[in-house]
Amino acid sequence: MSEFSWKIGGEAGYGIMTTGFILGKSFVRAGFFVFDTNEYPSLIRGGHNTYTVRISEDPVFSHSKKIDILVALTDIAIEKHKKEVRKDGFIIYDEGFVNVKELKGINLIPVPLTKIAIEKGGQNIMRNNVALGASFALIDVDPEILYDAIRDTFKGKKGEDIAQTNINVAKAGYEYVLEKFQNINKIKIKSNGKQKRMYINGNEAIAIGAIKAGCKFYAAYPMTPASSILHYLASKENDYNIIVKQTEDEIAAIHMAIGASFAGVRAMTGTSGGGFSLMTEALGLAAITETPLVVVLAQRPGPSTGLPTHTEQGDLRFAMHASNGEFPRVIVAPGDVNECFYETFNAFNIAEKYQLPVIIITDKFLAESHATTDPFFIDGMKIDRGQLLSEDKAKNIQDYKRYENTISGISLRALPSQENTIFKAATDEHDEYGRLSEEPADRIIQVDKRFRKMKVLETEIDGAKFYGDKDAEVIIVSWGSTKGPILEAMKLLHKKDIKVGFLQILYIIPFPVNKTKSFLEDAKKKILIENNKTGQLGSVIKEKTGIDMDYKILKYDGRPFTPEEIVSQIEEVLIHDKL
Amino acid sequence: MTSFEELTTKERPTWCPGCGDWGILTALKKALVELNLPKHQVVVVAGIGCSGHLPQWINTYAFHSLHGRALPVAQAIKLANHELNVIAVGGDGDGYGIGMGHFIHAMRRNVNITYIVHDNQIYGLTTGQASPTSEKGFKTKSTPHGQIEPPVNPIALALSADCSFVARGFAGDVPHLVKLIVQGIQHKGFALIDVLQPCVTFNYLNTFDYFYRRIYKLEEDSSYDPTNKQEAFKRAFEWGERIPIGLFYKENRKTYEDELPQISQMPLVKQKIDFVDIKNLIEEMC
Repeated sequence: MSEFSWKIGGEAGYGIMTTGFILGKSFVRAGFFVFDTNEYPSLIRGGHNTYTVRISEDPVFSHSKKIDILVALTDIAIEKHKKEVRKDGFIIYDEGFVNVKELKGINLIPVPLTKIAIEKGGQNIMRNNVALGASFALIDVDPEILYDAIRDTFKGKKGEDIAQTNINVAKAGYEYVLEKFQNINKIKIKSNGKQKRMYINGNEAIAIGAIKAGCKFYAAYPMTPASSILHYLASKENDYNIIVKQTEDEIAAIHMAIGASFAGVRAMTGTSGGGFSLMTEALGLAAITETPLVVVLAQRPGPSTGLPTHTEQGDLRFAMHASNGEFPRVIVAPGDVNECFYETFNAFNIAEKYQLPVIIITDKFLAESHATTDPFFIDGMKIDRGQLLSEDKAKNIQDYKRYENTISGISLRALPSQENTIFKAATDEHDEYGRLSEEPADRIIQVDKRFRKMKVLETEIDGAKFYGDKDAEVIIVSWGSTKGPILEAMKLLHKKDIKVGFLQILYIIPFPVNKTKSFLEDAKKKILIENNKTGQLGSVIKEKTGIDMDYKILKYDGRPFTPEEIVSQIEEVLIHDKL
Repeated sequence: MTSFEELTTKERPTWCPGCGDWGILTALKKALVELNLPKHQVVVVAGIGCSGHLPQWINTYAFHSLHGRALPVAQAIKLANHELNVIAVGGDGDGYGIGMGHFIHAMRRNVNITYIVHDNQIYGLTTGQASPTSEKGFKTKSTPHGQIEPPVNPIALALSADCSFVARGFAGDVPHLVKLIVQGIQHKGFALIDVLQPCVTFNYLNTFDYFYRRIYKLEEDSSYDPTNKQEAFKRAFEWGERIPIGLFYKENRKTYEDELPQISQMPLVKQKIDFVDIKNLIEEMC
């Protein structure tokens, strides 16, 4: 076996997220590839939380439907997930607290998790660590990798003593299972050698991308699933001299980002769909004042507050058209943690070079799922501040026009405090100097000038990526976080001798028209995959290229696709076509 | 030396003749002259309304923001470059209506900016509807049977929101208003200057004459102590036969910027970003 999946299920408020993360981290350190994803309801205590970790000898891009080890802290965890456990898989459960009758084809591993936790650690919350130890007893690896990861996690936050207690508790779980279940067939997995890799989620990658890009100001109002960008940046604000401001609402957040950017620092805000709704008017303010701005829109299912802690790709059209009036914007949709990092860095360059708002659109699945990746390659990453005037250059300017009607549409950008370049940035339409003007000629000049910037931008951006076989029977088209499950599905389909290609649309605006046409025009079967109800990207493709999708695979239950779901739906399409 | 002339733009304001806004613009320019602030070191931030046009007619840097949103923009400009003098202007609808949330939080935050509110107790630019400070019973286009709600009390709100400088001026007394604006800009912290600003076109009740008959200056009352919050509250609720103007309250406390080690060495905008070393951050993720 070259991979396995582990899942823990229990009530919120019992450290399930940390437990899953520690398990993942220990395997990353040992040289494995890991992908994890979590699921939790919108509450702080109670309810049902899960954390799923997939561990592989080879690169892995999403979770899988099949579970090898289920750790059940509650009866509900058994009920909800027993069907996901593969044949001859394991269920570790808290003996004395969780009731299970015999389950056919599944190895039940009753462990008195809570009892051991209290005996060895003094706290029942440590039962998760007992479960971690117990899990390792079912896997053919050295448990030291677990103890190291526990030490690292707890040492910094809670000190050496607490770390050691947690390790002792895990050891007790490990030894208990080893002794009681001697005849089990352990999961075999072998590391291809230790190599330094990151274990990082989308939000962290965005935050680090922003820091690398020189973001100096982040203003936001807490909203799942964007909040961890706020948390991460706040934790680094003194190390990197970033002002991180939690504001009174999202309206203030975006206006603060605009204000800071106007004053000359790179600024960002982040939110989810509901908060983005409040930001829409100001998106237009950034556009008409030509103030560079980066906005992260981490989607969750709507409308309204919808499913607050789940995932969906329902806001694509909203992002494309948000705010009144017509103005250019850029929308980039990273599909994995690497793209989160590099495209966030690029977003700041684009925003400043073209003096417009850039929206980075992600979703809960991408924002909060950790993946393994090589350390970011940062050599050659260059900050490009475009037409921003230096102090020296500004000194020599006469008759400064902030909104000068240039060929590229991009004008010299001065900053307050520069002596010869006093100007007005105005929410109303204005002339080249920034003075309010309602004259038809000024209006046309300024609208055209703003849109002309997109012409230049289009030539600079390669907005799509292609994976697999161009002449494949099936070409999948998608965007954003579905990338991982699609890449995994392609592996499975390959094993079944079904050839598949995958066109990932990375930039929604400017839309990669030519590349999309070149891959889709002659495609035999074009299948759209989106985590939404209406196939929003499909309609954009139709609008931009005239091409219709042959099939749509859509999911809008608030959960991400599993590779297996994609495979079975593609197989259905193929069978249907043959009939 | 900063002169009144260099602060004056070629374009003439389009406010109604006799509008209180003229007095505020004049007072602001005079205050900048008195403080000798270089014009490129000043940013005036406005919202929407008749007051929102003010930045067009003063020769400094300016950001004309959305309705109610002068304060978040102004605060962030100051945080990004605290060497600038940032002055936000707005109306009563802008600041005490649609922007009320920002108003309260800006005061408790205490970013070192000055906020001048053109308080004419009516919506002017939208041609005469009731505003948050319109008096109860006031008849307007939107309240033809009389305003039902009592008005908000900006001075009392400011005092309760920990505003560190609370003043009220009158557009009909420019020399007095100049003094208040000078003090407000000099004050280290958030300074509110609510300005009674008669709208000569739409407000038939709160006219220049109405205020000339009622206002008195707090500083002329030798018993008044502007560091006593309880006293300030008492005067804040004085409205009717006598209306106080002047400095209601002032306290010295740390500004928001004072609490930020990020900018203790130099303004954010002056910090280099060409190469940010993120090796540690990558390492932490491994």
